[in-house]
Amino acid sequence: MSQLIKQAAITVDTWKTLETGPEEAAETIALPAGDVIFPLAVWLARKNEIISCHKRIGLLLQPDERVEDVADDLDYFVVIAVNFPKFVDGRGYTTASLLRQRYHYQGELRAVGDILHDQLYYLKRVGFDAWALKDGKNPDYAVSAGFTTFSDAYQASTDQPEPYFRRRA
Amino acid sequence: MYRYDAIDRQLINERVDQFRDQVRRWQAGELTDDEFRPLRLQNGLYIQRHAPMFRIAVPYGMMNAAQLRQLAQVARKYDRGYGHFTTRHNLQLNWPKVTDVPDILAELAEVDMHAIQTSGNCLRNITTDQFAGVAADEIIDPRPLAEILRQWTTFHPEFAFLPRKFKIAISGTKEDRAVTWFHDIGLHLKVVDGVVGFTVIVGGGLGRTPIRGQVVRDFLPWQHILGYCEAILRVYNRFGRRDNAYKARIKILVQALGVEEFSKLVEAEWAHLKDGPATITQAEYDRVAAHFTAPAYTPDAAVGAGFTAKMAAEKAFARWVDRNTHAHKVPGYAAVTLSLKQHGIAPGDITSDQMDSVADLADRYSFGELRISHEQNIILADVRQSDLYEVWQQAKAAGLATPNIGLLTGIICCPGGDFCDLANAKSIPIANAIQQRFDDLDYLFDIGEIDLNISGCMNACGHHHVGHIGVLGVDKNNDEFYQVTLGGRQGNEAKLGKVIGPSFSAGEMPDVVEKIIQVYLENRHPDERFLDTLDRIGIDPFKNRVYEGRAHGKAKTAAKEAA
Repeated sequence: MSQLIKQAAITVDTWKTLETGPEEAAETIALPAGDVIFPLAVWLARKNEIISCHKRIGLLLQPDERVEDVADDLDYFVVIAVNFPKFVDGRGYTTASLLRQRYHYQGELRAVGDILHDQLYYLKRVGFDAWALKDGKNPDYAVSAGFTTFSDAYQASTDQPEPYFRRRA
Repeated sequence: MYRYDAIDRQLINERVDQFRDQVRRWQAGELTDDEFRPLRLQNGLYIQRHAPMFRIAVPYGMMNAAQLRQLAQVARKYDRGYGHFTTRHNLQLNWPKVTDVPDILAELAEVDMHAIQTSGNCLRNITTDQFAGVAADEIIDPRPLAEILRQWTTFHPEFAFLPRKFKIAISGTKEDRAVTWFHDIGLHLKVVDGVVGFTVIVGGGLGRTPIRGQVVRDFLPWQHILGYCEAILRVYNRFGRRDNAYKARIKILVQALGVEEFSKLVEAEWAHLKDGPATITQAEYDRVAAHFTAPAYTPDAAVGAGFTAKMAAEKAFARWVDRNTHAHKVPGYAAVTLSLKQHGIAPGDITSDQMDSVADLADRYSFGELRISHEQNIILADVRQSDLYEVWQQAKAAGLATPNIGLLTGIICCPGGDFCDLANAKSIPIANAIQQRFDDLDYLFDIGEIDLNISGCMNACGHHHVGHIGVLGVDKNNDEFYQVTLGGRQGNEAKLGKVIGPSFSAGEMPDVVEKIIQVYLENRHPDERFLDTLDRIGIDPFKNRVYEGRAHGKAKTAAKEAA
């Protein structure tokens, strides 16, 4: 169970992520009840069904899955989790940037997978507001030191849409 | 040059604290080696053959005397009293301790220097023309925009974990001296109908798969360069290959999609970003450009009678002026190249004492500033012609006045197998053996302009593909061999050299180069440079001479079978 950081605190994760095994098809897999984060394929195949029986819906995006494919659905999601299978795979940073900056997604944006202390600052900048810190890593230190590495930034991003040069006195 | 203000300084100091904490957690076992690797790489720290190798940034090649003195001091204190200038505006130390690096970074930060993003799969140091701001053929000074780009690349949150490294070069002259056709993004400044902008070239690169870049946009007004780069990087970050490190550079993506399809993706992304907050304001351009104003040139700097007399009287001085000075846009001034290609020394290497000497020369004769070239030399950009004789004498005393810029022994060379873990073969001993063979200055001058580039492996840090003569170290059954290419070149007509045939042993290399030179000397027309003759007669005469009497191909197979 990974440690979820939200609003500068370690919190209990109330969401379950639907895992699809190699034998299971998105079209036929059983949909569990409760707060569930659905893989993109399941969402795309079972959208109406999910909407009809879930009040709160979560979506899981893999690095190679395109934000454009859910651009019209974003209002349905309370949580979008972006998976980082390895922390050096940086595609999720663009996924987050597009969700926030282009499609103005307002819900929770959660970084999951290989989430480590030293990437938290950049993840926050591109628009994540929840982090499932990898097991075995120190969540207290992450909360106290992981998000304040730099006091300001040159370039525009989600958390600061104006580049520094536009904010100079 | 650009002077840091409070925010610039604060960010590099915070970077030092961040890395100190990362090293601490790595030592405490809180960070695994795999987790620590990209973090140290993005601070220029490799673990290498003998020791860590540490790469310090010299953004777009500009430095002041105080910074060079600090580099000298760092190299003395934490290394063995010397450093190595690379082909991308960096200084490498070969022997620092990992645990000393936070302290080194702190000492560098005292003079506004750092090692941010000098390696790793991220946006790297921006490079440009070493004569920026003083070149006689300059259209636009690239340095203000290079600095604005430096700031944009620094800690860019979206592009810190790209599929592979990403290098941007920018040129503002008629003749490209920044190898822009062989960078991930190459930018040419130009003026069209009174508007300043860029031609944007994408997907060039040397390395394992050398490819010339292609024009993605013929003209982009300068205000939009950050947004446009953002669009390119976004397309690359999303769609660049991550399954195979050898196929992960943007050049492979551009090849796979075709430049038209790639451009469409970039333009579609750009349509969303155009005129957004990243658009550079005139106020910001003016603020940065104010750091790059011309120094207080004096009107009495022109050639005096003494200069002309000394040129006539001392052949060695005249030779140095001929090879190691470059035309300056201000009459009476010259740009001086201090050669880091002294025969017998590893090309690009410089001792701490020499760094101090260069800093003194810069203070005394060139407004306290200097530049690093991608040819691994140091430039004093603003020297009065009437001071050239003194500069020459002092440079000579420091071993920095070898008159071989643009000549055969002014070799561009990577650290190679003596230092680098990636290398297949040593490169420095090959450079030194060739320098020794062509040690006669009359002969060297007679041969004339020729670029010889040596890389110890296909990663091509020595830019061998664009050498008129290129030498590439290869591994054959655990033995070091060298493949030779001819006809490569940088500049506006940049192209890749052609392999002449089977590779050679280290011992054969001076003979091979000498034979190539002989063919040129026998065939050249008056006023033809090596490259002109080569282009006229083709590579066959060179091949035939080099492989004369050497069984190869079918003949070699036949000889083997006979044996």
